[in-house]
Formats: sequence, structure tokens, C-alpha cells
Amino acid sequence: MERVPILKIGQILFVSIQIDLQDESVIRLQEDLADELAVTRAHGVIIDITAVEIVDSFIGRMLTTIGSISRLFDAETVLVGMRPAVAITLTELGLSLSGVRTALNAEKGLEILNGKS
Amino acid sequence: MDELLIQSGDDVVRVRQFVRNAAADNGLSLVDQTKLVTAASELARNTLVHGGGGTARVEVVKSVNGRAGVKLYFTDEGPGITDIELALTDGWTTGTGLGLGLSGARRLVDEFELASKPGAGTSVTVVKWSR
Amino acid sequence: MDVVGTNERMAAFLRDNHDKVVGRWTELVVAGVRGRTSREEVRRELEDLYALIVRVLSGADEDAAGELTATLDELSRNRARDGFSPIETAVGVFSLKEAVYELVADSAELVPDFYSLSRMVDDLGLRTFEAYSAAREQIIADQSAAMLELSTPVVQLWDGVIGVPLVGTLDSARTQLVMEKLLDTLVTTGADHAVIDITGVPTVDTEVAQHLLKTVSAARLLGAECTISGIRPQVAQTIVSLGIEFGDIATKASLADALALALRQAGLKVVPL
Repeated sequence: MERVPILKIGQILFVSIQIDLQDESVIRLQEDLADELAVTRAHGVIIDITAVEIVDSFIGRMLTTIGSISRLFDAETVLVGMRPAVAITLTELGLSLSGVRTALNAEKGLEILNGKS
Repeated sequence: MDELLIQSGDDVVRVRQFVRNAAADNGLSLVDQTKLVTAASELARNTLVHGGGGTARVEVVKSVNGRAGVKLYFTDEGPGITDIELALTDGWTTGTGLGLGLSGARRLVDEFELASKPGAGTSVTVVKWSR
Repeated sequence: MDVVGTNERMAAFLRDNHDKVVGRWTELVVAGVRGRTSREEVRRELEDLYALIVRVLSGADEDAAGELTATLDELSRNRARDGFSPIETAVGVFSLKEAVYELVADSAELVPDFYSLSRMVDDLGLRTFEAYSAAREQIIADQSAAMLELSTPVVQLWDGVIGVPLVGTLDSARTQLVMEKLLDTLVTTGADHAVIDITGVPTVDTEVAQHLLKTVSAARLLGAECTISGIRPQVAQTIVSLGIEFGDIATKASLADALALALRQAGLKVVPL
């Protein structure tokens, strides 16, 4: 099972999803992030989905859940790099991912987390 | 027509990739490809999680005015769906997350057919046409 | 009448008289084509059809019928695209009967065989009509799509601010196009604000409102905020009476107000020189 690596850069946890995630890996990522948030007391999480071609309801729910979990650790999550085709499909599916903030790319995501936006 | 077994999470990923290639090869736009693969992902997962495993079949079809399309069949021999109307309503869930799967998938494709009987399995057929 | 027997006999007859029949058939079709297709091309098309017809009649393989209809459909579509009328195409197919008849006219025992062939050719000719209208419908659909594309611009109003002036009805087809263009522009310009102007949208009912909400939802997934501008007084009244909620989406009467809001949110101010 593929494990998505979590990078810690300063007070931010950075996750870049590069591959077609299988359900188990998705759940694993959620657990790993919760662990990292508890241990590092990071104040922000950036999830980069620039390379992700498909976000279905399962992955969508995971993203919202990660947002909620982060908030419990007083951290904010920003989802960056969503592809237009994915955004349109999610909207059609009726998923607004309202629990997570979004940005065009990691740079803008960082601006949000560092309070510049 | 190609047939794929759905017995594990890896198989769901394989189905996605297969459908993606079929969609791209038959002239579907990027957005339409994404919609079809996402629908396939929902349906494949349902087949695995709710249907106890099953098969996916991918067929390339042609409309009367020459447009190519991709047709997908998902079948399982699982417990079936007792209330189809309810299952197709947004937000409905059995707790294992069946909700959003079927109704969502339906919105992403051009044609959608569902046949299911309690105790006799479920089969879902969808088509997405190139424009 | 022994259909299989007559078909097989006709298949044999067609095979034996291949050159004469195809030659005559080509002549007849070329006369109607009036130079729009070359003689060689016509001959080639007819050869293909002829071979398939013989295969179907001889009952040799099951795929022949499917291949025949597919080949005929493609021929019809090509003719339609080249400006032929459906009658011209059908008449071309029907003239096979004339070509064959000229050879069998004197042999009484070939009458049932000819009749059988005749009915088959009639079906084929009728099928070309069906394929023709389907092809025309596709052309109309393609043209509508092209028109839609032209009438759905997405412009950059300022650094980081995109404008989407909607003109005409906002149906699901246009909504799809707007979403695609808006999102692609957000990515290429790195904008984080979009102003969707609906001054040119004649009616805003629940369906249109849903389309607008979907578009805003999609833009938000890319980190952009949206403002809806161009709300006319009557439209405002309709929206309220229908109970449509725009929730936390900012709405403004004019594009100018929306632009000012977007600039303010971007931390910008317009001052005199």
C-alpha cells in the first residue's frame, strides 16, 4: 500500500498527493496526519492535489474530515492546486468541501496560512 | 468489450485507469473523461463495498450519428438494494457510505440504468458520449 | 419462396457479373453526382458496397450485415457533408437495381431472385435517409456549440480579477462552458476573484440560480471568491419571491460596484493622480 509522505516545513505540514490513491492509502493518510498534528503541533496543513486527476466522494469526504481534524488541533488546512476538471466534477457531485479552505497553488496556500490573506 | 474483476481496493484503481484510457481514446473531453472516471470510481467502490465484489465491463459504443461513447457495466451478486428510489436520493447512506455514490454517479453520466433485487445482486449500466 | 436459395443464387449471379454490374452502377451514379465526386472514388465506394451485399446475400458470415450498415452509414454521412441531398444518395443506391435489371430482363427464372435483391436494396436506400438526418442533426449541434463558445467570453478586469459577462439564457450547456472557461482562466491568470455579471441574462429562476451557485462553488474550489453583479430590480424581486438564497455570495447591482468590491478585498484602492 502506498503511503503518502508528510513533510514538515516550519510550522506547516505539507502533503503532496502524486498518485492515484487507493481507499486504504486515503485512510492511512488521514491517520498519519492526525498523528503528525498531535506530535508537531503544526498550525497549518497544505494538501497539494495538483497531480490528482480524480476526486470522488470518498476522497472528498477524507479531505473534509482532515479539515475537521486539523481544526481540533487548532490548525488550518488549505487544499491547493485542484484541477478545473476535478472542481467541475465535484460540483456536479454536489460536494462543496466547505470545511476546507482552498487556493490555486502552494504559494497562495502559504499566504493564507501565514495570515497574509 | 473488456472485463475487469473488482475484488480489492487495487482493482478500483485499475478500473479508474482503464476507464480513463477508454474515454481518452474515444474522444471524450477532459472534463467528460474526469466525470466518467469519477462515476466509475463511485460505482466500482459500491460493487466492492456494498456488493461484496463483482465485475466491471467496458465497451465502446457508437451512436446513430456516428459519435463514439463509452459504456460501463458494473455487476455484483451482493445483497441488492431494497429501496432503489431511496438509494438514488442525494445524501442517503447506509453508513458504509453508499450515499452520494449512486445519485452522484448518475449526474455525471449521460445514461444511467440500475437493476437490483434484494438477495439477487445489483447491476448498473452507464454511458457517456463524446460531443 | 425459398429465400435462402434465391439469395444465394443472386449472390452467385452478382459475383459472376461483377464487372458488368459494378461498371453500369458506377455509370448511373456518376451521372447523378455531377462532378462533386470523382469517378474513381465512386467506383471504389460502390465496389465496397457491392462486395458486402454479395457477402450478406450468400449468407457466409454473420459480420457482413453489420459491416454493410456501417459502410452505408459512413457513405451517407460523407455525402451529407459534401452537400448531397438525401434523395441523391438514396437514388444512387437504388440504381443498383437498374444495373442488375438490365442483365436479368430476359430471364424469367431470375425474377424471384431479382425481387429479393430489390427489396434488400430498397431497405439500404431508406437507411441512407436515416443516416442523413442524423448527420444533419450533428452538424446543427456542432454549430450550436461553436456559437455558444463565441458568446461566452471570460475577461481579465484587473490583476487578480476576472470578469464573466453572461449574455443570454444560462442553461446547463452554457453553465458547463462558463465553468470550464472561468476555471481555466483562474489557473492561467492566477486570479483570486471573479465577477459574474448577469445583466444580460433575461430571466433568473431557480434553475438559473442553481447554475450560478454551481459556478461559484467550482470557482471556490480553486480558491477564488466570486461576486455576482448586474442584478436588475425585477430580477431582485423574482429572486426574493422564489426564495432563492445566495447565502454568503456577494451580490451587487453593477459590474462597477463589484469591481470596486473585488479591488477592496485585494487590498487595492483607486486614487486620483
